[in-house]
Amino acid sequence: MTSEGAVTSERPLTSEGTLTSEGARTSEGAGSTPGVEVEKTGDARLPVAKTYKLYVGGAFPRSESGRTYQVADSHGSFAANAARGSRKDARDAVSAARKAFGGWSGSTAYNRGQVIYRIAEMLEGRRAQFIDLITSTEGVPAGTAGATVDAAVDRLVHYAGWTDKLAAVFGSANPVAGPFFAFSTPEPTGVVAAIAPQQDSLLGLVSVLAPIITSGNVVVLIASQLRPLPAITLAEVLATSDVPGGVVNILTGDPAEIAPHLAAHGDVNALDLTGGDPELRLTLERLAAGTVKRVHSPTREPDFSRPPGTVRLRAFLEIKSVWHPTGSISLAGGGGY
Amino acid sequence: MPTAPSSAAARWDYAPAPESAAIGRVRDRYQMFVGGAFVDGRGEDLKTLNPATAEPLAVVSTASPADVDDAVRAARGAYDGVWGRMSGAERGKSLFRIARGIAERARELAVVETLDNGKPIRESRDVDVPTASAHFFYHAGWADKMAHAGYGPDPRPLGVVGQVIPWNFPMLMAAWKIAPALATGNTVVIKPAETTPLSILVLAEIIADSDLPPGVVNILPGAGDIGRELVNHKGIDKVAFTGSTEVGKQIQTSLAGTGRKLTLELGGKAANIVFDDAPVDQAVEGIINGIFFNQGHVCCAGSRLLIQESVADEFVAKLQARITTLRLGDPMDKNTDIGAINSATQLARVRELTAIGDAEGAERWTSPCPVPDRGYYFPPTLFTNVTQSMRIARDEIFGPVLAVLTFRTPDEAVAKANNTPYGLSAGIWTEKGSRILGMAAAMRAGVVWANTFNRFDPSAAFGGYKESGFGREGGRAGLAAYLDTDDEGAR
Repeated sequence: MTSEGAVTSERPLTSEGTLTSEGARTSEGAGSTPGVEVEKTGDARLPVAKTYKLYVGGAFPRSESGRTYQVADSHGSFAANAARGSRKDARDAVSAARKAFGGWSGSTAYNRGQVIYRIAEMLEGRRAQFIDLITSTEGVPAGTAGATVDAAVDRLVHYAGWTDKLAAVFGSANPVAGPFFAFSTPEPTGVVAAIAPQQDSLLGLVSVLAPIITSGNVVVLIASQLRPLPAITLAEVLATSDVPGGVVNILTGDPAEIAPHLAAHGDVNALDLTGGDPELRLTLERLAAGTVKRVHSPTREPDFSRPPGTVRLRAFLEIKSVWHPTGSISLAGGGGY
Repeated sequence: MPTAPSSAAARWDYAPAPESAAIGRVRDRYQMFVGGAFVDGRGEDLKTLNPATAEPLAVVSTASPADVDDAVRAARGAYDGVWGRMSGAERGKSLFRIARGIAERARELAVVETLDNGKPIRESRDVDVPTASAHFFYHAGWADKMAHAGYGPDPRPLGVVGQVIPWNFPMLMAAWKIAPALATGNTVVIKPAETTPLSILVLAEIIADSDLPPGVVNILPGAGDIGRELVNHKGIDKVAFTGSTEVGKQIQTSLAGTGRKLTLELGGKAANIVFDDAPVDQAVEGIINGIFFNQGHVCCAGSRLLIQESVADEFVAKLQARITTLRLGDPMDKNTDIGAINSATQLARVRELTAIGDAEGAERWTSPCPVPDRGYYFPPTLFTNVTQSMRIARDEIFGPVLAVLTFRTPDEAVAKANNTPYGLSAGIWTEKGSRILGMAAAMRAGVVWANTFNRFDPSAAFGGYKESGFGREGGRAGLAAYLDTDDEGAR
């Protein structure tokens, strides 16, 4: 656990203070209750603002660099300080992810499905909170935000049902021309580093995240730089959803600063560049070649409101073929037994 | 340490059983195959050698960058005009014809392959050529069944594919590359390795005879510079490469940001793990097949032997005894087990890496077999006293050299087996079923052979984890390499 005392670079309260009169309603997603004014001896109650931190190894540390950056709401007003993740944070996240890989990939598909379903349950339970957050972050009406949260919940449910179908759909028994039993089975690639979509702060995020972990991969995800608050709030959902620590790690900050360290990291097996701009993707794809990482870099602009297909599942699967002799019994044709 | 038995007193010598080189009908000069015609390239002619004698075998015309342009244009024309719109059923029939054509000229192809590559005729005859034919036959059957492949109701081909293949299985790699690309509706420009251009040019004749539309397959002999020219050509939509991890990384780097689809089948340093309950004689045969098949010029070769400590001495002794009986020499002799190293360059690399093994303190044992005094040969070699940090335990030697390490527990075996940036294959030898399945699951490798090794079949996907590459060849999974499989947001 990180020490709560390790605050080094919080912004002066003046900038936050200017918000309390007009900004509180929409900018403090976790703490505010829209429309409810507490009247008490004439003073408006000061909502308790949340400190947004990283999510690494199941804990919520501040950036080891001590740096933060200011996140604005859709009107450009101050919303919160977010941790500005560093190279060291990225490395910590990779080692947390690697540590979690054996357990997560080794868990039963049924169990993984239940855990992902549990994420959906927890997200549904926080529906109102996310509607507030998306409304303020993306500037969309509450109805639209509600539909987005619903779609994100449904997407998680969709992937929860995939875990124990992957082997049947992407694996095979292979009719090889010889006395062998040969089967091919999908396995997770390993540690995936992902850049979340920059605009679509919840549904895009979930659409990138869920397929990666569905097959047993673990992930280090860099949240949208401009809209990181739903990602960190989603981390609170994950932390209460039976997702083992380290399976999902979320960093906030500048993707252009953090991602190259992940793309060059020898213990990262794959990259999902969905949220990277073309210039950054080029840099990262080059770095990825250093250790032959798998790179998912969609050439078409994803529309996350539509059914997801299977491309994101397949991007981080390895097919393993296993052979064993069957001996003379199979050569007898089976009919004699 | 156990010692190898001195050459057995009661040894029965084999009479020579040479295959006839005339069956290969090797010509003095070969041309490129572009746009359905055999044409001279504008590159400098290359001389391909018979590595068994180090003497010239034939002259081959090579491509220049302008020829790459022409070939890509021919492939584009064929894709837009004919092949990309042809029904799957008709495409499939063309591939069936090629499969049959290979089978019909199998003996000739095997001879050409052995003369040009140096591999034993027994292998080219029994493995390379039949498996190449099988690959076309298998993929021919897929051509009209793409809707059932699991990539959506009507998965589309990518267009023009650029392919670069290595010298270790020239004919088989050509089939692994061309067959799935064509079955899925793409057209091909392919570059064979500089030292082994002949068998694919015989395949070109078979392709021409099968009435494949001109430009669907284009074959450009040449060196690495033409490969580079091809994979970076703006007119291609997809690159498939089999070869070294070093070159694979260069290709992945140069393709960054192009959006061009890439599959890589690269190097390996496979662990062959022998438990104390393994069927010893069967395991000895399997280990030998694993590292000495094709002179160890196999990306998935079992080049690291991991033996459980309690049986290590006994096992190594048996292994050495069996290796001593392997016959090294004329690849055209049907009794030959180990043929010639493909080139002087490769022989130098094997020598260099084994010398490093000596310098790092490993103990070298070499089969006392006679070695021909001309041609490129390296006798079967085994290193004991090997630690994981030695280069002979880390680097892909790509030769008949086995590094022997030991382990005590299954966990240690798993840790050592996976302790490599590669992840192409692994072998497991034990009679215990649960251990086989548990170990198979624990291997971070794309192919796991249990109580067998080096088996290949078009219906079984093949490809690497980690730095052994990405993408699969063979099976339903292999089709994805040549299809637009991005179904995100599809209705």
